[in-house]
Amino acid sequence: MDTFTASLDAALALLLHADAHLYGIVSLSLRVSCLAVLLAALFALPLGALLAVAQFPGRRTLTVLVNGFMGLPAVVVGLIVYLSLSRAGPLGELGLLFTPSAMSLAQAVLVAPLLAALTRQIVEDAWFEYADQLHSLGVSPRQAALTLLWDTRWSLSTVLLAGFGRAISEVGAVMIVGGNIDGVTRVMTTAIALETSKGDLPLAMGLGIILVALVLLLNALAQAIRSWAARSAQ
Amino acid sequence: MTAMKTAMFPLQLSGIGFAPSGTTILQDINLTIAEGSCTVILGPNGAGKSVLMRIMHGLLAPGSGRVEWGSLEERPLSQAMLFQRPVMLRRSVLSNVAYGLHVQGIPIPEAKRRALAALESVGLQHLADRPARVLSGGEQQRVALARAAALQPRILFLDEPTASLDPGAARAIESGIAALHAAGITIVMVTHHLGQARRLARDIVFLAAGRIQECTPAHDFFRQPQSQAAADFLKEELP
Amino acid sequence: MNLIRRLLCVALLASVLPAQAADNFITVASTTSTEQSGLFGFLLPIFKKETGIEVRVVALGTGQALDMARRGDADVVFVHDQAAEEKFLAEGYGVKRYEVMYNDFILIGPKEDPAKVAGGKDITAALKKIEESKSAFVSRGDRSGTHAAELRLWKLAGIDLDKVKGPWYKDTGSGMGPALNSAAAMNAYILADRGTWLSFKNRQNLAIVVEGDKRLFNQYGVMLVNPAKHPHVKKEAGQKFVDWVISPAGQRAIAAYKIGDDQLFFPNAHK
Ligand SMILES: Nc1ncnc2c1ncn2[C@@H]1O[C@H](COP(=O)(O)OP(=O)(O)O)[C@@H](O)[C@H]1O
Ligand SMILES: [Mg+2]
Repeated sequence: MDTFTASLDAALALLLHADAHLYGIVSLSLRVSCLAVLLAALFALPLGALLAVAQFPGRRTLTVLVNGFMGLPAVVVGLIVYLSLSRAGPLGELGLLFTPSAMSLAQAVLVAPLLAALTRQIVEDAWFEYADQLHSLGVSPRQAALTLLWDTRWSLSTVLLAGFGRAISEVGAVMIVGGNIDGVTRVMTTAIALETSKGDLPLAMGLGIILVALVLLLNALAQAIRSWAARSAQ
Repeated sequence: MTAMKTAMFPLQLSGIGFAPSGTTILQDINLTIAEGSCTVILGPNGAGKSVLMRIMHGLLAPGSGRVEWGSLEERPLSQAMLFQRPVMLRRSVLSNVAYGLHVQGIPIPEAKRRALAALESVGLQHLADRPARVLSGGEQQRVALARAAALQPRILFLDEPTASLDPGAARAIESGIAALHAAGITIVMVTHHLGQARRLARDIVFLAAGRIQECTPAHDFFRQPQSQAAADFLKEELP
Repeated sequence: MNLIRRLLCVALLASVLPAQAADNFITVASTTSTEQSGLFGFLLPIFKKETGIEVRVVALGTGQALDMARRGDADVVFVHDQAAEEKFLAEGYGVKRYEVMYNDFILIGPKEDPAKVAGGKDITAALKKIEESKSAFVSRGDRSGTHAAELRLWKLAGIDLDKVKGPWYKDTGSGMGPALNSAAAMNAYILADRGTWLSFKNRQNLAIVVEGDKRLFNQYGVMLVNPAKHPHVKKEAGQKFVDWVISPAGQRAIAAYKIGDDQLFFPNAHK
């Protein structure tokens, strides 16, 4: 119990002092994870929609793979991205290792299967309702995929939030590819891991409380925007 | 142009069967739809009317037999279909109507112009900017009719388009269909509304248990159906 | 749709730009003991002020840090396992090894002291007693410098770990901090570096039981990664850092770093 009150105190103290250092860590977390979700969505949303709508050889296998990769351990993703971006790896030339871009890339790889799998499910449900009408209008699979993505946009925004939640709360991958460099690649989760390993459990928990509060706040905000937009556009 | 016009018709079904996973749903369907005709398909629930219509429109591949469009090699694009429950996309009424044109490659301004004209023809131009999904069922079906009409199809399929509408809305749809037919569009429709069938149909196809029981000019059918099944059906529906 | 695309571009740009802003930096692969004790937090701003070079520290175990440099992902290594460092040099990955400073290891244990080792100065005697009494002992088990030192000490004590290992010997495969957290939770003995211990907050029932044995000294070395192996290594800036930490100014700065009244690292670069 003692630790919990101490953690709340630590969280409050962090917020009250709101020093530039904490602000830098929080804003880097947000930037890295936003970019990660955008990158992943660019690829995963069309893929999910095509898996739902198009008929092509290997579709089932791909669906199983995508669903399976939802459970990909963050550390494994981190290692794969690390080895690719390492100077000795295939993308070493880019010099991206230990940069925020590398962290975004790792998180994007991590959340892409989640986004694709959930998108496939949502678009497939909608496709069930739309298929005859769209076929009747002579719509191609590509057009159908785009149409359904647009028509399920409110549900998909929840999917993006889920992806964002997984990205920003993940520690294993960003630790490996970012290196947790102070002021450069230190984000909320790696800062929490660092304080935990320094034995400063109240400070670690305090950071954790801020992270959770931040994610909740963003979700509430998104919910508000969504219901406002949905009311005005159905 | 005239040569192309005649090329699409008649629509000819020969030996159509449909029996997915063993159960026979349609068998031995032979039917010819001539240009400019208005054919109403009647029959009890579960007779296979919707399946037949979907096969004609090309939404479903028949298990056996052939669907042939005049002298064409492929399914022609200039056809449209209305479903019992209209599918409205999550966008404005105008965009819903323009959508069908846009997917056929017509640029957006042109598509919108034609969509607005189609909306006017069903009397809904004042709803053009509303989100389509908040419309009533009757209004949605009229939007769907406008969407179909905007495509300027040569043939229009309708599967119980007024089944879930109140009489007023049903009348609006019916007059829309009549207008399209008068404009030269071939009509194939399923309905449960015998009054509607009597007013619109030139020919009646009576389907029961997956077979065509008879194919009779409407005038004769309502006076004296040729099959026992149709006679029973009419007796039940018109007490 | 257009608006979304525009927002997307802005977001992409916004998140990529800052990553490219600072170019005058080097990457140093180092150990958790130097980073978590706060030494780098103290040293690097001084170095940056003097040279304008930003130092980015990736803190790992010594073994991992050397591997990272082998792959070419660091410009400088700053670690503490002489044997491993000399192997690294021999393989041609390092240019030259300089000794920088030392700190010492300490044996930490529960206050109840089930193995009766507290107060002693002889580390090998203490390890023998722990093994005989089968008292809980937490090992880093992560190929770090501290892990290597621990293994060396068991050997010096004449104990063949492979033979006597049992449930009492807990191989945690974790960094210094997490291993200390585990030891605190399990009331176990553990070998730690003094720097991490001094800045460690979750001590619970743990205290120093053995310290001061010469064999517990822990030498740190610094090396520039060999540009002949990895041409992209920033050799000028990296060499500047190496030169600075062994210079009188750097050595003074190391000696000046304290937690409370305790000096953590003792500079001993050869003049
Ligand atoms: N795509 C399909 N695959 C298999 N069975 C179908 C399919 N569509 C409809 N059926 C079945 O065919 C039968 C006839 O359906 P339907 O044509 O909808 O009847 P109705 O004449 O009332 O429109 C029903 O038993 C229905 O379950
Ligand atoms: Mg039906």
